[in-house]
Amino acid sequence: MSANQTKGPRKIISPQPHDYTKPYWEAANEGRLLVRKCQACDEAHHYPRTLCPFCGSDDLIWLNATGTGTIYSFSTLRVGPEPYTIAYVTLAEGPTMMTNLVECDPQSVQIGQKVSVVFRPSEQGQLVPMFTPE
Amino acid sequence: MSIRNKAYIVGAYEHPTRKADTLSVAQLHADVARGAIADAGLSLKDIDGYFCAGDAPGLGTMSMGEYLGLTLRHVDSTETGGSAPLVHVHHAAQAIAQGKCNIALVTLAGRPRAAVAALQLKPPDPDAPELQFEAPFGPATQNGYAMCARRHMHEFGTTSEQLAWIKVAASHHAQHNPNAMLRQLVTVEDVVNSPFVSDPLHRLDCCVISDGGGALIIARPEIAASLQRPKIAIRGAGEALKHGMAGKVDLTYSAARFSGPRAFEEAGLTPADIKYVSLYDSFTVTVLFQIEDLGFCAKGQGGRFVSDGNLISGIGKLPFNTDGGGLCNNHPANRGGMTKVIEAVRQLRGEAHPAVQVKNCDLALANGIGGSLATRHIAGTLIMERQ
Repeated sequence: MSANQTKGPRKIISPQPHDYTKPYWEAANEGRLLVRKCQACDEAHHYPRTLCPFCGSDDLIWLNATGTGTIYSFSTLRVGPEPYTIAYVTLAEGPTMMTNLVECDPQSVQIGQKVSVVFRPSEQGQLVPMFTPE
Repeated sequence: MSIRNKAYIVGAYEHPTRKADTLSVAQLHADVARGAIADAGLSLKDIDGYFCAGDAPGLGTMSMGEYLGLTLRHVDSTETGGSAPLVHVHHAAQAIAQGKCNIALVTLAGRPRAAVAALQLKPPDPDAPELQFEAPFGPATQNGYAMCARRHMHEFGTTSEQLAWIKVAASHHAQHNPNAMLRQLVTVEDVVNSPFVSDPLHRLDCCVISDGGGALIIARPEIAASLQRPKIAIRGAGEALKHGMAGKVDLTYSAARFSGPRAFEEAGLTPADIKYVSLYDSFTVTVLFQIEDLGFCAKGQGGRFVSDGNLISGIGKLPFNTDGGGLCNNHPANRGGMTKVIEAVRQLRGEAHPAVQVKNCDLALANGIGGSLATRHIAGTLIMERQ
């Protein structure tokens, strides 16, 4: 993992999609954040599944998210080659997702602060959703 | 069926090594197995049940069962990370209560320090459904627990100084343990002035990386009565899973909130009855969560509870990890559950170091969190009694 790298900038590991998650990652490459939502119980969830983890239904859709949310918690890891800030961000659509905070001074960031999505390239090019303070 | 008083811990052994440069993983498992069997006054051929987790080499119970020459009629490879030994003792008691085996062996061992494998023993499984939604963001062990600490601070006003008291207490105990990696007394200032590993957690909020291991022998009541060791009954046990709840993330509590009450109910006890606790201290904050979730204080009050030496044996109300724990003593195979049970057994037997031995220690609790507090984990709780 990143903490064990010895030199160079942090590698952003590329996600390896499964068939059912391809729409999520294809949308990310177009700069769109998707959320998985259940048509049966109306609950959105993350990470995306093939069944709704709240009611068991497989009647699921991909919803275009607004790309805005608030910081639930965060931490800057300092033992690797380059510090980076992991976070949980609670999306406007409900679910809280693991991500990184970028383009900000993590010392000045607060829990509860509003953030919006930005997409950054991973090692093999796939764009991944990160967040920056609004 | 309750397991209360249906099985007894009759043997316990902790490997003295902290860096196993020349010992194989199989050899470490075999060393601790032999140590625990000798401690019980038994022999290898008496073992008919065997329990180990993912730290065991090869195919676990098969590979090590063959290496040790065991004849088994019950095996269990339940993998819950660092809480596995607690879950194994629970399952061993169940198996013994049901007559599936008479004498169970549990082993845990590893050499991440010598192998310089640190926190990643095995590459992540690409089939793990969460991996693609987490790996890009660099979830290390440290930054996950740090996010839990920060959220706890945000909601309850917990401070770094309060967390530091947990390390201070561990160091008070470790100074008496000749095998401990870190025997130097530290102060609250030492902890909060040590560099950030992942804020708000400092270097001294983190457990050590060590090699070694441990083993336990659990037996039927009649067998326990026939041996020459103190009788340590398993009074109650509980286990529970907590995860990201599909996006309803809550980093303010652990699965011990559910495993604890199950164990207390089976034991017919309350937190006030417990004289000593072993809590898997991967980080200071992990201890804080367990103390609250097991009911030793109200949620959010953990910071106040652990302050001013309240966890130090002979000084505080709730002596914990009197061997120095993972914070100061050892963390074999990156899994803290085994050594937690072993030190609880020492306390109940009256065999802890005299400087840290709890007086009249007849009831002890051990708890572990396996996996990650910040994502998915399984807690195992064990309540034991000297009879």
